[in-house]
Amino acid sequence: MSTPMDTDLTTLDAAELGRRLAAGETSSVELTQAYLDRIAAQDDVLGAYLHVDAEAALARAAEVDVARAEGEELGSLAGLPVALKDVFVTQGVPTTSGSKILEGWRPPYDATVAARLKAAGTVLLGKTNMDEFAMGSSTENSAYRPTRNPWDPDRIPGGSSGGSSTAVAGGLAPWALGTDTGGSIRQPAAMTGLVGHKPTYGGVSRYGLIAFSSSLDQAGPMARTVLDAAVLHEAIGGHDRCDSTSIDAPAPVLTKAVREGARGELAGLRVGVVRELGGDGHAEGYDAGVLERVRETVELLAGMGAEVREVSCPAFDLALPAYYLIAPSEASSNLARFEGMRFGLRVGDDGSRSLEEVMSLTREQGFGPEVKRRIVLGTYALSAGYYDAYYGQAQKVRTLITRDFTAAFDDVDVLVSPTSPTVAWPIGARVDDPLAMYAADLCTLPASLAGLPAISVPCGLSEGLPVGFQVMAPALADDRCYRVAAAVEAALDAARGSRFLDQLTDRTEAPA
Amino acid sequence: MSTPSPQETAESQAPAALGREVTAGLGRDDVAHLARLARLALTDEELDHFAGQLSAVLDAVAEVGKADVEDVPPMTHAVPLTNVTREDVVTPSLPRDVVLAEAPAAEDDRFRVPQILGEEE
Repeated sequence: MSTPMDTDLTTLDAAELGRRLAAGETSSVELTQAYLDRIAAQDDVLGAYLHVDAEAALARAAEVDVARAEGEELGSLAGLPVALKDVFVTQGVPTTSGSKILEGWRPPYDATVAARLKAAGTVLLGKTNMDEFAMGSSTENSAYRPTRNPWDPDRIPGGSSGGSSTAVAGGLAPWALGTDTGGSIRQPAAMTGLVGHKPTYGGVSRYGLIAFSSSLDQAGPMARTVLDAAVLHEAIGGHDRCDSTSIDAPAPVLTKAVREGARGELAGLRVGVVRELGGDGHAEGYDAGVLERVRETVELLAGMGAEVREVSCPAFDLALPAYYLIAPSEASSNLARFEGMRFGLRVGDDGSRSLEEVMSLTREQGFGPEVKRRIVLGTYALSAGYYDAYYGQAQKVRTLITRDFTAAFDDVDVLVSPTSPTVAWPIGARVDDPLAMYAADLCTLPASLAGLPAISVPCGLSEGLPVGFQVMAPALADDRCYRVAAAVEAALDAARGSRFLDQLTDRTEAPA
Repeated sequence: MSTPSPQETAESQAPAALGREVTAGLGRDDVAHLARLARLALTDEELDHFAGQLSAVLDAVAEVGKADVEDVPPMTHAVPLTNVTREDVVTPSLPRDVVLAEAPAAEDDRFRVPQILGEEE
């Protein structure tokens, strides 16, 4: 469903761009230049990128164009630009994880996902902004600058992968990678009208992903369409011997599920609507408009032949407290590596201070407030005498949440909910209230704690802002998420007569 | 649930005091102590600010204590894996100069670090 006047390459999805590249209708250099031009024009305001190297991107694009001209056998992703969240290490390319403690650091190696995308012939446009060390739900915790939402520059783009979400929604990249620890792919995707998928834990390599909470961190795709997300996921997924928690299973096949879903083939699919995520008695803090869009989407699925029922998962009520014990605990341990000795910032090494003093000063000046809060909280939760009551208890609650999923999946094939309780909020509104910020992850946390795949797909607007619909599935059944998301996307696109993000293009290009 | 004063929290170190009904509260001194353990030099302003914020967060996360977890095993990881091993084969790692190029300070092909032991030790 391409728009009639689609001369602006940056409004197209990656599948269409790939088709044009293969057909010789455009070149990688032309394409890359189009995104670089848009970044130059828009990113001073949007703040999606922390690092862009136009020269390197164009040189890389030219290489791919030459290879194509010489008749070299190229993969379907060859020549397509991509953006990476700054949490992925990239050889020789500055990587900060949104923190001052890594300012200027050029990693000596590539993350596995970065290497796989490079090998597939993609062109790295740049590294996207994020909450420092991925701790946050708004990208306001970036040590460098906040990122703005292209739907309304006075609002947050979600987080922590907010640079990636704004880059893709704003046409500053055709697609991007994010990471999701408690919702950091799905929630920003919901806030900006994108498709974002958190793969099954272990489905995508974590090698070279700067660790926040190792038992939860997962990399995944953020894209304009469900098909694009599936293609990007296939490109980065599959076993990696460099990540000991990587699942040793065949690489996922997802695009087939997207095509089936897009045809509306949902007869017999059993869909469970999670009561604890916005249902009766659990709707406090949820926008009425969000719940309404989600209810309509569930009806849409029923109309396509899905069997819908309500499912109760009582332990989900404790997902937020469990997560905010487990993630800070793991973070306090993971972030011990930033001590100013081997890489990154070092402060106060003037010959008069001890090693410990230099470490403490480095971490004081290198870390921002949210990182410090979580290190202190995690240190407390893991300390002798408190371990059983906090961290240990949270791990048991994690078991209860996983059991609720297991029981639910005895009766249904997928579980659905809003992706986030609200639409994007104004920048600054929750900055000094950690608990209000954490509530944005209410719906995404259960799948994170259980390690299950979950996708967010746009399901309409509320107050003129995008609403995300979340689909969760059993471990390794990522294809179900894509299938249902594709059905939702296709049905809504058909009803609207255009793609979801065309609404944003129309709005921003309309005369003031 | 009552919130103990910071002094009580700091002094109550006996695990026996921490049953299901966990109470929370972090004072300025507690935060300073935890920050020291984590090698984090916090400013006075941060100590004041964080104590209040973290007490509120701690009250919220203490909700996990409400769950009936008798006989429930802890879940450490989403993937049930143990002892992932590989052949013990020597493979090249990153060249030393490449690694040291990113170090804050290097000397004689090594990381240079501040003095670890005192003069007398």
